[in-house]
Amino acid sequence: MSLSSKHLLGLHGVPKEDIQTILDTATTFREVLERPIKKVPTLQGKTVVNLFYESSTRTRISFELAQKRLSADTVNFSKAGSSTSKGETFKDTVKNIEAMKIDMIVVRHSSAGVPHYLTKITNANIINAGDGRHEHPTQALLDMYSIREKTGRLEGLKVCIIGDIAHSRVALSNIFGLQTMGAKVSVCGPATMIPKGIGNLGVKVYHDIDKAIAEHDVLNVLRIQLERAAGSSIPSLREYHNYFGITSERIEKNNKDVLILHPGPINRGVELSSDVADGPYQVILDQVTNGVAIRMAVLYLLGTMN
Amino acid sequence: MKILLKNINAIDPVTGLNETVNILIEDGIITNVESSGNMLQADKVFDFTGKYVSPGFYDMHVHFREPGREDEETVITGSNSAAAGGFTGVACMPNTEPAIDSAEVVNLIKEKAKNHLVDVDPISAVTQGRKGEVLAPMAELSESGAVAFSDDGVAVKTAAILRKALEYSHMYNKPVIEHCEDETLAGGSMNEGITSTLLGLPPVPSVAEDLTIMRDILMLEYLGAGSLHIAHISTKNGVELVRQAKKKGLKVTAEATPHHFTLTEENLKTFDTNYKMNPPLRTKEDVEAIIEGLKDGTIDVIASDHAPHSPEEKDMEFTLAPNGIIGLETELGLAITELVHKGHLTLTQLVEKFAVNPRKILNLPVPKIQAGEKANLTIFDTEEVWTVDVSKFKSKSKNSPFDKRLLTGKPVAVINNGKMFYQDRFIEI
Repeated sequence: MSLSSKHLLGLHGVPKEDIQTILDTATTFREVLERPIKKVPTLQGKTVVNLFYESSTRTRISFELAQKRLSADTVNFSKAGSSTSKGETFKDTVKNIEAMKIDMIVVRHSSAGVPHYLTKITNANIINAGDGRHEHPTQALLDMYSIREKTGRLEGLKVCIIGDIAHSRVALSNIFGLQTMGAKVSVCGPATMIPKGIGNLGVKVYHDIDKAIAEHDVLNVLRIQLERAAGSSIPSLREYHNYFGITSERIEKNNKDVLILHPGPINRGVELSSDVADGPYQVILDQVTNGVAIRMAVLYLLGTMN
Repeated sequence: MKILLKNINAIDPVTGLNETVNILIEDGIITNVESSGNMLQADKVFDFTGKYVSPGFYDMHVHFREPGREDEETVITGSNSAAAGGFTGVACMPNTEPAIDSAEVVNLIKEKAKNHLVDVDPISAVTQGRKGEVLAPMAELSESGAVAFSDDGVAVKTAAILRKALEYSHMYNKPVIEHCEDETLAGGSMNEGITSTLLGLPPVPSVAEDLTIMRDILMLEYLGAGSLHIAHISTKNGVELVRQAKKKGLKVTAEATPHHFTLTEENLKTFDTNYKMNPPLRTKEDVEAIIEGLKDGTIDVIASDHAPHSPEEKDMEFTLAPNGIIGLETELGLAITELVHKGHLTLTQLVEKFAVNPRKILNLPVPKIQAGEKANLTIFDTEEVWTVDVSKFKSKSKNSPFDKRLLTGKPVAVINNGKMFYQDRFIEI
């Protein structure tokens, strides 16, 4: 089993076989995570740098744990307190890190395309941990893994992504990945949060949350990211919650078989009511666990390529 | 010194000359233009059989970065780049540090450009410091040699200032050149549409350009005076707005850049910052509209928006990199390849857009190919096939998306101010 690319930059254009391979490999690692000793020697001697130019808690911890459980050596770099603040260019920073003989870079950056740029300036394997509003492939992979784990399939499944689609890298990676795997993907949100041309991707657009709940098997509910100027796209959080928030009443009224995913962190009382966030329809903490397995799979598959 | 340009195809839209001739130049002045066959005596004879000569080309939209960023371009290196690109004159934009908004800075640039083959005409800012608040001293600037007014980089900030600028500049017969972009919609890294959605890059909608073009045209119409030039027009709707304004007889003109009639937003898929510019690359439909506008005369001028940036500024994260590309040394090759060889423009139209119209808009004398006139000429080859190599550029900067591109047609030589640039060097004639 091997992948067709030495990098994971996004899910756009990634073949079905590769996604299948990653999901299947993750199943093996998921089992490792249940053992009393959660460590395998697979990436012993490999060095991975977590290059985080944007704040992140769970993605960084998830990658770091995945690396440690594969016995890789890991180094964390975050923008604050690095040489960047002294005016060194991004390229020079990366060249310096690479000169210390590293094998893989996991990168998060607020600028779309940075992972692609890294492939041009280094020889390391690059894993995109989120670039701007572009892609966040491991998140989409863990979402797909969690859906498959719960429903047993992806093919033919109807999935709706709800929230600020225009500013979401999670949405785009989910659309690409799920469509490749044969799922039918829609989006739902206020018109100001739907990016232009999304219909050209074969994605149906909903503005009625009740209808979206009723017509889908899975809802992937995005965090309303106030720090990304989402605030100007909606009149108020209260209005967002009242018209697009997922509540128990709405689920019970429209579709009791629906499965709820959320990439976290949750804004309780905004996109999800607290009872939904903790309730029977969601798999939010399973997603977090599966995230480690998915990242182990990606690191393993890329790290052991020749 | 007497030089003879032998057996050359002359195109001069102003005098109507369009035939193969011998041109004798004595001490920088044209002394004889004769149909081929007659042998004229000269110190130096250039056999230009198969090549074309026209009035010297003029690029009315360049950024020379002096004063302020001489590491990226200076008046001299920019002028050398212009000469190598086939231009004998340029108008340089005022977004320098400090901005060109005083007679002192205008004089500084003119002083630097003195004795060069290429004429460098400064464009002054509309407002002091390009801040959009107080008019620059336009009377004094006009007197010291500023040829137009522009806050290029951004549009004139408010309708109120635009009104004053059009009224005031009209007293001195100078156009206001507008970078049309609604500031409240600006700030993205590329054109909004399916491609920006796919790439996750923050978008700027084309309507940001259209709105400002419409505002400016309506203001011009209301005032009934002043002249307006739309810089680097890039949208289909923008072209149509200018077309309709011209039909009404308004004094509005427009320019397009080679990248806006050659490239589309699709080129951004590599996240190469050399495709990042403002206005951004648009869609195929917009490119077609630009070409149509060039064909029917809606767009009067081809200009480069030559915008040098240092390697360290461009070789970085896409959204953080500055806008702009250099263009002087690829401009003519792209225009011949994309417009002439594809049948969109005749050579006469090409010469109008490169040599005649920019000078008319700026109220500068248009050079003529006739005896008694100063020799201000561009000589070019329409058939030579060559590969762009940025490392050979005269420009101090190398930020071009056209590196390694195959082009058909290139400049051969330029003559102006008693000098000739030919085969990569300047010679006194």
